Amino acid sequence: MIATSVGFSGYLKRDLLLAYRRRGEAASPLIFFLLVSTLIPLGVSPDSARLAELAPGIIWVMALLATLLSTESLFASDYQDGSLEQMLISPQLLALTVLGKVTAHWLVSGLPLTLVSPVIGIMLSLPGEGTVPMMASLALGTACLSLIGAVGAALTVSLRKGGLLLSVLVIPLYMPVIIFGSAAVQAAIDGLNWLGPLAILGAMLSGAIALCPLAIAGALRLVSNN
Amino acid sequence: MSTAPLLTVEQLSYERDDCNVFKPVNLAVEAGDILQIEGANGAGKTTLMRLMTSALQPTAGSILYQGRSIAQCRYEYLADILYIGHQSGVKMALSAEENLRWMSPASTSANQIAEALVTVGLGGYADVPCYSLSAGQHRRVALARLTTSRAKIWFLDEPFTSIDKQGVAALQNQLQNHLAQGGAILLSTHQNLAIDGLRTYSVEPHADRGELR
Amino acid sequence: MASARNWNWFHRMGSPRWFYETTGRWLPWLWVLTISLVLTGLVWGLAFAPQDAKQGNSFRIIYLHVPASFLALAGYYLMAIAGAIGLIWKMKLSYMVMKSAAPIGAALTFIALFTGAVWGKPTWGTYWVWDARITSMLILLFLYLGVLALQYAFHSQEAGNKASAILALVGTVNIPIIYKSVDWWYTLHQSATIKLTSAPSMHPDMFQPLLVVIVAMYSFYGLALILYTRVEILQRERKAGWVRELARQAETQEPAK
Repeated sequence: MIATSVGFSGYLKRDLLLAYRRRGEAASPLIFFLLVSTLIPLGVSPDSARLAELAPGIIWVMALLATLLSTESLFASDYQDGSLEQMLISPQLLALTVLGKVTAHWLVSGLPLTLVSPVIGIMLSLPGEGTVPMMASLALGTACLSLIGAVGAALTVSLRKGGLLLSVLVIPLYMPVIIFGSAAVQAAIDGLNWLGPLAILGAMLSGAIALCPLAIAGALRLVSNN
Repeated sequence: MSTAPLLTVEQLSYERDDCNVFKPVNLAVEAGDILQIEGANGAGKTTLMRLMTSALQPTAGSILYQGRSIAQCRYEYLADILYIGHQSGVKMALSAEENLRWMSPASTSANQIAEALVTVGLGGYADVPCYSLSAGQHRRVALARLTTSRAKIWFLDEPFTSIDKQGVAALQNQLQNHLAQGGAILLSTHQNLAIDGLRTYSVEPHADRGELR
Repeated sequence: MASARNWNWFHRMGSPRWFYETTGRWLPWLWVLTISLVLTGLVWGLAFAPQDAKQGNSFRIIYLHVPASFLALAGYYLMAIAGAIGLIWKMKLSYMVMKSAAPIGAALTFIALFTGAVWGKPTWGTYWVWDARITSMLILLFLYLGVLALQYAFHSQEAGNKASAILALVGTVNIPIIYKSVDWWYTLHQSATIKLTSAPSMHPDMFQPLLVVIVAMYSFYGLALILYTRVEILQRERKAGWVRELARQAETQEPAK
């Protein structure tokens, strides 16, 4: 009776189609990521040794901010045009529907960031050993960020200027992700085992997949009505 | 055979910020009934609709679907209702056809979707992105759901807004057909409808709200 | 609803009026308890406890720092639990407690950070180090600020309550993860910074007054929370008959003073 898979895949497909129709908007976090990475050598130093030292952390901070940038719009247009209301009363499990939307968000924000990160790595003189761990940690980590960010986006969806507030709410929650994300890259550069931090990121992602959709669904139900 | 009405609302009330929105609502709707919900602007018509569609949780009272609380048969109930609110749920970046496909049951065929668009007079606009359509046409896209949906109970909040004369007549026809097939309709509108057996229910604002500035 | 009848006691407990009247009876005792505990603890700790062999008198700031840190974290959990009760049982009083706990907790977190910085300067020669505990405390402050900001961002009181309750709950799940992560992060970078582990054991003469100030801080927290909640109750229930009656009584008493 309950068409659970329809809720997930339906919203996933729809959001991907919407992102494709609004390619310019969907690409802006990626462009932001690239732009800010040119600021770093200008602001700090073009010296490759110094850049290499900072690269893991900086790439992670930028990825975090780029994801945050696109999170605000996750539910905003659905809220404005009434499709969020339809989502609340559709006979599908809201938590799964929401997971479909977040997956679409990751596919258009986190995944592209992960794919271009080697280019940024080269621009910031990231040592070669760090590239694969960086991509792996970004892939897992940005998925966590999308999920956590979606909780904040759901809580602030009915506020007119939710963007700044959203960052106040979710940045503290992002901290464990950035700790283990950049640590994995750093460990690989130092020749240490980087699978440990990566495994913890994976564990965080599993936890986030299990819990965040419930929090998002609850937030949408309780808060978006007022 | 159950004798319980299709939809029963008992002593339903809703508080917003410690303040009752309307006087407790009691109503019953049988198959084939059409109920027009009336009330001044801000009386709580939309709130009542949203409560009945379970988008909002009531503070007190109950809503029964075929005699069972909708909390108990939530998914069954949700599969049997259709709600078209003020905001149509139409995505501007998608075409009329994509919007309708997306808002219709998964098993709807491409033909049915095309037919539904013809029914609401959007036959030639299926592939046009919705941002280039007018407000009335957006509403028509949403109203095309009435054709593809298999829901028993329709909740229509101001369905005639920005619809032209012919559109109003066509929609009234469609409502009548739904009733003839044993469906039920609850709608709020300021139009005078020419539909047989139309009953009205008037939403009274609660005394609480007078006290607030 | 039929099931509601069995929950009478619970709902009475959830009545703001019941809370206001009951705590009104407790308040004088709580004031006496708090003041005497604070005085005993502080005088004992600041004037009579022996000096620290290495840190001299500056160590005495722990008599404020330690209890504030304790309550900062406990306060977050109390706030989240109050929020959860509000969400589950739709209890208004619970939201009021949650709303009151947020600024008190944020203030205590700030006090803990501030006293830590002041203590750090004479002891380690710097106001700020990225130590695991300090960093966690800073993140806790941010979590509190998020709850506060969200609470006041909504026009609707109710939406603000529900939203901040959900955020507080999400934060609760996250706090252990954040603390563990920060601990791990710190051990990774520890070699670079000063090691802040405290003295292995405290002399009982120093420890006993610390216990007293910790209890005093709990008592103070309870007092502050009750006072704050009472203000919140009067504000929210200002339309209710019993609050109007209170206001009328207060007005008639005024000229007598």
